[in-house]
Amino acid sequence: MLNPIAAVGRAVLDACRTVGTLALFALEGLSHLLRPPFYSRLFLKHLVEIAYFSLPVVSLTALFTGMVLALQSYTGFARFNAEGAVANVVVLSITRELGPVIASLMVAGRIGASFAAEIGTMRVTDQIDALTTLSTNPMKYLVTPRLLAGVLALPFLVAVADILGVMGGWLIGTTKLGFNSAGYLKATMDFLQVMDVASGLVKAAVFGFIITLMGCWCGYNSRGGAQGVGAATTTAVVASSILILAFDYILTEMFFAR
Amino acid sequence: MTGSIPKIRLRGLSKAFGEKRVLDGVDLDIRAGHGMVILGGSGSGKSVTIKCILGLIAPDAGTIEVDGRDILAMPRREREELNDRIGMLFQNGALFDSLPVWENVCFKLLAQKRITRAKARDKAAEVLAQVGLAASVGDLSPSELSGGMQKRVGLARAIAAQPDIIFFDEPTTGLDPIMGAVIDGLIVDVVKRLGATAVSITHDMASARRIGDDAAMLHKGRIVWTGAASALGDTGNAMVDQFARGDREGPIQMELRR
Repeated sequence: MLNPIAAVGRAVLDACRTVGTLALFALEGLSHLLRPPFYSRLFLKHLVEIAYFSLPVVSLTALFTGMVLALQSYTGFARFNAEGAVANVVVLSITRELGPVIASLMVAGRIGASFAAEIGTMRVTDQIDALTTLSTNPMKYLVTPRLLAGVLALPFLVAVADILGVMGGWLIGTTKLGFNSAGYLKATMDFLQVMDVASGLVKAAVFGFIITLMGCWCGYNSRGGAQGVGAATTTAVVASSILILAFDYILTEMFFAR
Repeated sequence: MTGSIPKIRLRGLSKAFGEKRVLDGVDLDIRAGHGMVILGGSGSGKSVTIKCILGLIAPDAGTIEVDGRDILAMPRREREELNDRIGMLFQNGALFDSLPVWENVCFKLLAQKRITRAKARDKAAEVLAQVGLAASVGDLSPSELSGGMQKRVGLARAIAAQPDIIFFDEPTTGLDPIMGAVIDGLIVDVVKRLGATAVSITHDMASARRIGDDAAMLHKGRIVWTGAASALGDTGNAMVDQFARGDREGPIQMELRR
């Protein structure tokens, strides 16, 4: 029979080992930003892959989120005659929280999975070993351009999500809830502060790093053929989603806690 | 040529994965400008041996000398320079499926910026011709190639940077006998043309006789025989002869799990 204390100890040691190896992996990936050669063509390819090809899914998600938020907050606020606060609630919720978090979760599903599957397949088919034999550092070639692209692409996507989320609220506010268009937009702009948008964009950059890091790390360490690649893909998406939510709390605490 | 100093010298090379000892003190000399074939059953440590030489796996003990220099004690830069002189043909080709064939062939030259992309296309066509492929193959994706063509492209990639040591991992595995003979012929031709030292691992006796000058038999992590490849099947060593003839009875007993 397993000793439960030993099992807990093993789990803690495994967790420490995982955090340590992940941190070293991230540091090595970042260190190649300072050491040539730089694979600018790969960086641009990944930037387009993340920023441009994620636009439809992020845009639609943000638009519908803004629409639902306007409807829900109107219904709730109507209970104590505060319907006028809908525009403020929508814009603050979208820029501070929902824009960065929802856009990042969408990108985690799309890009995190894709990176883990691609790099995992390269691992199990010896393509990563082939890179080494072709005098190319696999971390520099596979990981660093993706990390940089993720950090830069997510703020762009979140800026788009912010605009479309507010638009979604405005659309429902003016067509369904009886708000005046100019009044709705004025209320939106009056209550919006630079910090609201900036905090969301900083969160986006951090989430972009998390998504690409987890995708690369899970893929890079995958083992055991197709099943291993599948497991790496699942782990990448689940782990990055949880980390996004955890870091969302940490960053919110840093930005807004009094 | 370096006189009596072997191109590659292994002494006491050992490697274990957990409890399993895969290499148990491998001693082997590989002559410059000659073809060495390492034979052995599945799990005998052939792949681990060449991965140790290539720097893909760190051995637990022993030395690996190339041109008389211990490569395990080399500074990183010198090790990278050594890797520039090495080519490798992987068992499954390990072609980069995100790149067209011509970029695969000239990958090392492009990654090291030793050639422009425009010139790389011409260079790829030239090297593809050396392995019997038309220039038009350069525009295809690796997934569009047959097994034999993938081996040829892998061979073209291995020789494009004109290495002086080339490793071949099971070069004929998965090919029909005629295509296997064609690939062996190409290997002999390109190795001779480059004046390179070739190290191959294989199960295929016909292939071993065609591409090898020398042969060594690895069994349970140790070299149990070395000699001329032409003598395979009639070496006087019971293990080698059993392996070469494919006899079920003999000193080599298959370990079956019950």
